[in-house]
Amino acid sequence: MTTLIDLASNFINGLTSNKLASHKDVFAFNGGVHPFDHKAESTSLPIGKIAIPEKLVLPLRQHVGHLPKVKVAIGDYVLKGQLLAEAEGTVSAAIHAPSSGTISAIDEQIIPHPSGLPDSCITITTDGKDSWGPLHSTDWQNTDKKLLVDSLRSSGIVGLGGATFPTHIKLRTNGKSNVHTLVINAAECEPYITCDDMLMRERADEIIQGIQIVQYLLGADKCLIGIEDNKPEAVSAMTAACLNKNLLVKVVPTLYPSGDARRLIHLLLDVEIPNNKRSTDVGIQVFNVATVLAIYRYFVFGEPSISRIVTVTGNIEKPQNFEVLFGTPLQSLIAAAGEAKQNTSHFIMGGPMMGFDLPNSQVPITKAANCIIASTADLFPAPPPAMPCIRCARCADACPVNLQPQELYWFSKSDNFEKARDYHLFDCIECGCCSYVCPSDIPLVQYYRYAKSEIIASDKAKEAADLARERNEFRLARIEREKLERAQKHAERALAGKTENKIQPENTGMTTDASQRTLTKEASGADVQTTTPATDKQAAIAAAIERAKAAKLAAAQAGMAPKNTENLSVTIESEISKTDAIREKVSMSNTSKLAD
Amino acid sequence: MNRSPYITDAPSVTNIMLKVLLALLPGIIAYTWVYGGGILVSLSLASITALVCEAALLKIRQRPVKPYLIDLSAVVTAWLLALALPPLAPWWLVIVGTFFAIVIAKQLYGGLGYNPFNPAMVGYAVLLISFPLIMTKWPAPLLLAEHPLSLLEQIHFIFSNMLPAEVKVDAITSATPLDYLKTQLMLKHEVGNITQAPIFGMFGAKGGELVTGAYLLGGLYLLQQRIISWHLPSAFLAALAIISMAFYAIDPTHFANPMLHLMSGASMLCAFFIITDPVSGPTTAKGKLYFAAGVGILTYLIRVYGGYPDGVAFAVLLMNMCVPLIDALTQPRVFGYEK
Repeated sequence: MTTLIDLASNFINGLTSNKLASHKDVFAFNGGVHPFDHKAESTSLPIGKIAIPEKLVLPLRQHVGHLPKVKVAIGDYVLKGQLLAEAEGTVSAAIHAPSSGTISAIDEQIIPHPSGLPDSCITITTDGKDSWGPLHSTDWQNTDKKLLVDSLRSSGIVGLGGATFPTHIKLRTNGKSNVHTLVINAAECEPYITCDDMLMRERADEIIQGIQIVQYLLGADKCLIGIEDNKPEAVSAMTAACLNKNLLVKVVPTLYPSGDARRLIHLLLDVEIPNNKRSTDVGIQVFNVATVLAIYRYFVFGEPSISRIVTVTGNIEKPQNFEVLFGTPLQSLIAAAGEAKQNTSHFIMGGPMMGFDLPNSQVPITKAANCIIASTADLFPAPPPAMPCIRCARCADACPVNLQPQELYWFSKSDNFEKARDYHLFDCIECGCCSYVCPSDIPLVQYYRYAKSEIIASDKAKEAADLARERNEFRLARIEREKLERAQKHAERALAGKTENKIQPENTGMTTDASQRTLTKEASGADVQTTTPATDKQAAIAAAIERAKAAKLAAAQAGMAPKNTENLSVTIESEISKTDAIREKVSMSNTSKLAD
Repeated sequence: MNRSPYITDAPSVTNIMLKVLLALLPGIIAYTWVYGGGILVSLSLASITALVCEAALLKIRQRPVKPYLIDLSAVVTAWLLALALPPLAPWWLVIVGTFFAIVIAKQLYGGLGYNPFNPAMVGYAVLLISFPLIMTKWPAPLLLAEHPLSLLEQIHFIFSNMLPAEVKVDAITSATPLDYLKTQLMLKHEVGNITQAPIFGMFGAKGGELVTGAYLLGGLYLLQQRIISWHLPSAFLAALAIISMAFYAIDPTHFANPMLHLMSGASMLCAFFIITDPVSGPTTAKGKLYFAAGVGILTYLIRVYGGYPDGVAFAVLLMNMCVPLIDALTQPRVFGYEK
């Protein structure tokens, strides 16, 4: 069946596009694993809809980057699609109302995150009317690209493959795009997940239009759509939709993790993205198939990102895909799929290779939620206690990045983090292939996550320590310099006292700003040299006023406001000198203590 | 909770070890056929000693006993050692060797996964150095023996070192082909004449080559089951074949042909069962090639120039020492990096 479709799409592509290579020639990466895909369960029914839940809970943190800024208050009535929180900072994404209703809470609630901790959420009590706010479609073909990308910033669209990176950033070209190839990631390599598969089967035409928008925005003239060969229906739907267009559906072998962006690029284009570069550095950009559909709906219908397709599968009565409003409580979604079977222990978000346990069944569906699996001990039995590593290197054979997981494990376990870094720990994509094949059932990925977080933490601590040391060195240098300056000043004053009289206003007793101090000193130094000895009190005062003015001017030039330490009386001045002397002593003793 | 991947597809350590034991069965059957049932006594003695030592040491080291006993790695070590010893080795020899393999070479280094040296080869080397006479005296295959011993007579001999009254020790022992070759060459005989002796078979030792062939069969099963990678046996056999071919080509009167080297001694056992011990071997593909080739070359050199008839044990131990270096120098190119 698959080969027939391959042949057919090959033939069709051969007729329609001669510019691109045939989709037979994919380029294998090292390793990978073949878990049973469990996709048939959730693809027997079309994408379903679920009733609007009474409450929608929208976590502010649904994307990678900064938290958006909340633009609504409790009690506000919002329309469907209305902006609730706007993107703040470069990497951030907006959040919109998935349905109409009243803002009933802005507080902390448990979010679907491995930590199981609460985070800021906006709660909407829906009114059931589901009435849209004003929608503005865009004539994208006749609009400046920069304007389009800027407007995407307020679309709330993030990578829907699970990475949730704000999409507008990936489309920013700053007028000089070198992206020549767009790769559409429709591999969907994790078992159980079928949301992209169903989307392609049902909405191929819209996806293709989305791809064309992205191609236009990036200026990419080549586009490859990578789909694993376990999705023949999606392949044929997409191939049909690509007819007469400069797009190529490339069927890649079913091999986890072919859906990892770098692996997919290698599979499709035989290009290895260098470890320290982004794919755009070599002219390739990757978008998930659901993300391009969201882009299409945003520009053509003006709809922001308020829903996504979620696969509900596993130990559930009627596994199916649903179009789910963000904020929908997991329980409503489970109910729509005919409830989880009796012995369900908990729910997993994501696939069985990289997903995580959800803290409860009330957490809201977010932009990252591609799949919900009802779990039982039968389906995902607890692993037996880990045995020692026997260095069989099955993990190395399975690693798609060609790492040596057994060595990384050894280094991570013994806290030998520098070695772990040398062995390219940070190139690990945490796909789980190593754990999947480990005869000793060692939770390898957990060890790598631990080592990574320890290294990041120690790097941060080192950075802070470096900064503190630098500051201290600077401080000691400053104290030394100030001491010299004061000594010089005292000498000057003594000299001036002999020649002038003792009414010598001093300007710079206590300022701490070094530049100001230097400038002021220069000014007063100049005075000492130019002022002729005066016997008249008046003349001395006038000279003092002049100096003060000069000092002010100098301070203003240095961008500093005049300080209250300027123009002090003689008594205060002498007190300051005393205090300074004491301080110096103290700081000297402190320094010597430190040195001890 | 919270531990992805949730699914695995890996044989357990027990499963892997069980397959290794299974793969040894053809060899054991052939061995029994050629040398008699005495080997079964050695295998049992070694297995029991290994399990008792392992359990005792785990207890002393305050480790869980059951999971480590059922991983069967101790039994694999025991069987390999027993098969490497001369048939009819006295009972205490088997026990001493197994004790050293399990207690000193394995458990004292930290148990499964932590031993830098192949435990069975450590046990073998200790015995070879300590009891060279017993270790180099092999009984003749049953079909060559003047008086083939019955199973009971063999068991009696193993435990009491006593032969039936009418049988003399010389009547049941003979030199191994490699040993014979070595001594005859020292007497300035030519290889062509030496191999005419009745102890030589078609390729290697008469009878012994049958056992070697059975090991090859078991090895192929392990390859097919993906328990071992092709790199190790291929590189070992290729290296042994090439170096013996080179010497043979230079002077066929002084150096035996490659087939003799491949099919005698512990060559096949080494290729598929000994150097394939993952714990004490390298992990990279390239490293495995270097390691196995090194064992092959050293085995040949020790056989030809060393003081012992077979060089497998020392070759393996010498190469075990090089494993950390081999691993460090053969790291594969990581995805996205230039070499």
